[in-house]
Amino acid sequence: MSERANDQTNDASNRALSSADRSYLDLDTSDKTYLDSNELVINMGPQHPATHGVLRVILKLDGERVLGTECVIGYLHRGVEKIAENRTYTMFNPYVDRMDYCAAVSNGLGYCEAVEKLLNVEAPPRARYIRVILTELQRIASHQLWLGTHALDIGAMTPLFYTFRDREEILKIFEKYCGARLTTHAFRIGGCQYETYAGFEKDVKNFLTFFAPKIDEYETLLTTNRIWLERTRNVGVISAADAIALGVTGPVLRASGVQWDLRKAQPYAAYSEFDFEIPVGTNGDTYDRYLVRMEEMRQSMRIIEQAVNRIPEGPIMGKVPKVIKPPVGEIYHSIEAPKGELGYFIVSDGSTQPYRVRVRPPSFVNLQALDIMVCGLLVADVIAVIGTIDIVLGEVDR
Amino acid sequence: MPNFIMSYLDPNVKLTPGSAGSQFWALIYVLIIFVGVSLTVMWLLNWVERKALAHFQVRLGPMRVGPHGLLQPFADALKLMLKEDIIPSEADQFVFWVAPLIGLFASFTVYTVIPFGPSQAVSDMNIGILFMLGVSSLGVLGIVVAGWASNSHYPLIGALRSSAQMVSYEVAMGLAVVSAVLMTSLNATGTGTLSMIGIVQAQQQQGVWFIFKFFPLGLIAFVIFAIAMVAETNRAPFDLAEAESELTAGYHTEYSGLRWSLFMLAEYAAMMAVSSIAVTLWLGGWMRPFPNLLHAPAWEFVFSLFPGLTFLGVAAITFVGVARMPSQSFFKIQRIGLAVFAALLGFIALLLLVIAVAGRSADMSVAARFREGIDYVYWFLLKVAVFIYLFIWYRATWPRYRFDQLMKIGWKVMLPISLGVLIVTAIVGVIVS
Repeated sequence: MSERANDQTNDASNRALSSADRSYLDLDTSDKTYLDSNELVINMGPQHPATHGVLRVILKLDGERVLGTECVIGYLHRGVEKIAENRTYTMFNPYVDRMDYCAAVSNGLGYCEAVEKLLNVEAPPRARYIRVILTELQRIASHQLWLGTHALDIGAMTPLFYTFRDREEILKIFEKYCGARLTTHAFRIGGCQYETYAGFEKDVKNFLTFFAPKIDEYETLLTTNRIWLERTRNVGVISAADAIALGVTGPVLRASGVQWDLRKAQPYAAYSEFDFEIPVGTNGDTYDRYLVRMEEMRQSMRIIEQAVNRIPEGPIMGKVPKVIKPPVGEIYHSIEAPKGELGYFIVSDGSTQPYRVRVRPPSFVNLQALDIMVCGLLVADVIAVIGTIDIVLGEVDR
Repeated sequence: MPNFIMSYLDPNVKLTPGSAGSQFWALIYVLIIFVGVSLTVMWLLNWVERKALAHFQVRLGPMRVGPHGLLQPFADALKLMLKEDIIPSEADQFVFWVAPLIGLFASFTVYTVIPFGPSQAVSDMNIGILFMLGVSSLGVLGIVVAGWASNSHYPLIGALRSSAQMVSYEVAMGLAVVSAVLMTSLNATGTGTLSMIGIVQAQQQQGVWFIFKFFPLGLIAFVIFAIAMVAETNRAPFDLAEAESELTAGYHTEYSGLRWSLFMLAEYAAMMAVSSIAVTLWLGGWMRPFPNLLHAPAWEFVFSLFPGLTFLGVAAITFVGVARMPSQSFFKIQRIGLAVFAALLGFIALLLLVIAVAGRSADMSVAARFREGIDYVYWFLLKVAVFIYLFIWYRATWPRYRFDQLMKIGWKVMLPISLGVLIVTAIVGVIVS
């Protein structure tokens, strides 16, 4: 096992040197005979049960061993960033929910805060607390979805149904709060549109007591499962240096041992007021990423508990003009989405519509690490690694 | 009645039709087994697996077609038969066509030597277990050929995985089988047997199931076999050949409709076949529990009530199901259907109980022979059912092994252990005798 890890790091460093002359898309086999059996180029996707949407990975294989990968993306490109240039700031708000549709609340939070920064207004404390509660609930929901599909990719069918059963409770809270389950459009520029419904706090607290034993239930199925350990330990290893060089963020980076979480590093919303820990891994393998995310769910529960208990009274909407016309300028604001750093770069020309919006999606950047992680491993590991990076193609392609 | 029919019905004939030389009855048995196995696999096994798996996964499973989805397998079979028959233009047409049949024939041929009772088998071949190992490993040919003929990458990888996997696990499986065969030679004459019926009779004579023989040697050999047989049938956690998340569908990616369903039929039939072998070799085949301790006629009678009571229990559960169904008129047909099904089960239960009571005398009346046969088949199938349940349980619980890990377990763990068990069994056997 350790041999493979070594091979893999050597491989990764070799490739860093010679990345210019590597071309996996070179499918020209004219100089080879028909029976040349050394290398096999196969398309994994865009229609494939385990590429989490429409990702296409071109794999160069030697038998089952992966020699190289090339991700082909864009099958879900909807031009979200371009659409922003033809919409007012308010009108664009629902569009961001459609990027990472498994964590719509987090997307909305990032966008609203970016525009608020541009406008130089602040959301009132109560709105910020509501934002924290909903965003952390969304983080749990997103991690549940990741866990279910990741386990399914590795062959364990049952966790998927358990996680979806429990995710339902979160979606019910969303639905009661804002009427939508998936693409919630929960926040508005300057705060929240809706006051919490009667019984919101009780619902959230009920969820916390309901969910705490459920995480243990997931863990009994997987954490010490021998097959799970064999499939995830030392698979898809990425060193801290490589991860930083590639711009990888989120749980993938933290599993490599880097304690970097925007909620602590650049606190936004109300995160500076809560007590929580940032779980980090040591080996940067698939198993560590699994453990980190499991622990993150527990930490999110801690944050939610504190926020619900201390939620202040007051208005939920800041002093925002009726027509949003930010001054000329540009802003970059990023938040810690469930999958990593989600950043919005917005250029304003003083009109009601943004001049340019650029999104820094965590999935897109993290996906770049796929090649380093899987070279030298087997086909089955490619699936495991795609699952562990936790991509959402809506966000990769935008 | 012509002689070729009547000769086998003589109460003194206690052999399988094949051994008694009655081709007519052998053919009848083949038909019964073929129809019975196909129906069990297609309907019962399919339904039970989907239902059990669903309940493991906190969902209901099929509920719409028929009461509690009982008719769902028939609907699916009909759908599969009506589907367009697609052969990819780049495929090797003939080989593509013949591949599912190879797998199907291989897994069904095994049933000719499986003893449902001392005379309830098609034939008592003196090399039965050897025949079984040989024929069941032909099944891999169907998979390899299917992968090759599809002329596509994913099926090819699936086929290669499957062939490597089956070849590796066959070795450990064979050695485990040999250690069971070795145990049959612990008798006065010192000669063992390869006959499936002979193996069960050896357990009867020695008064112990081979799983408990030379504890824990028999148990270890049994566990080795139980693991190898999961790998042999390409079931989770060794279902690499059709790993859905990796290879879309593995070797049958290009197959659809009836041909695909033949692959599934073959896989399920193989599941039952290997379970039957495990039962025969280690769990006393058709023998009821404790035949040597509880052999008084009263016990004999009590145990002969079990088949009827089982059906009665299932019928009772079904009636409870009828009572629990929603009372809207929308469900009326389903309620009636389920009630009829429960009544049918109850009728079968009644029939079995009548036979058990009527055939309790030790004479060789028709009822007594019937009762005996039913008992044998019942206990055999009950043990097989336990294995089938285990197969489903494995699938619901475990992730999938990776290819190299599978090979490592096969060659570096299972093979040495089974070899060691074989040697130790031989030594202990020599010392004991």
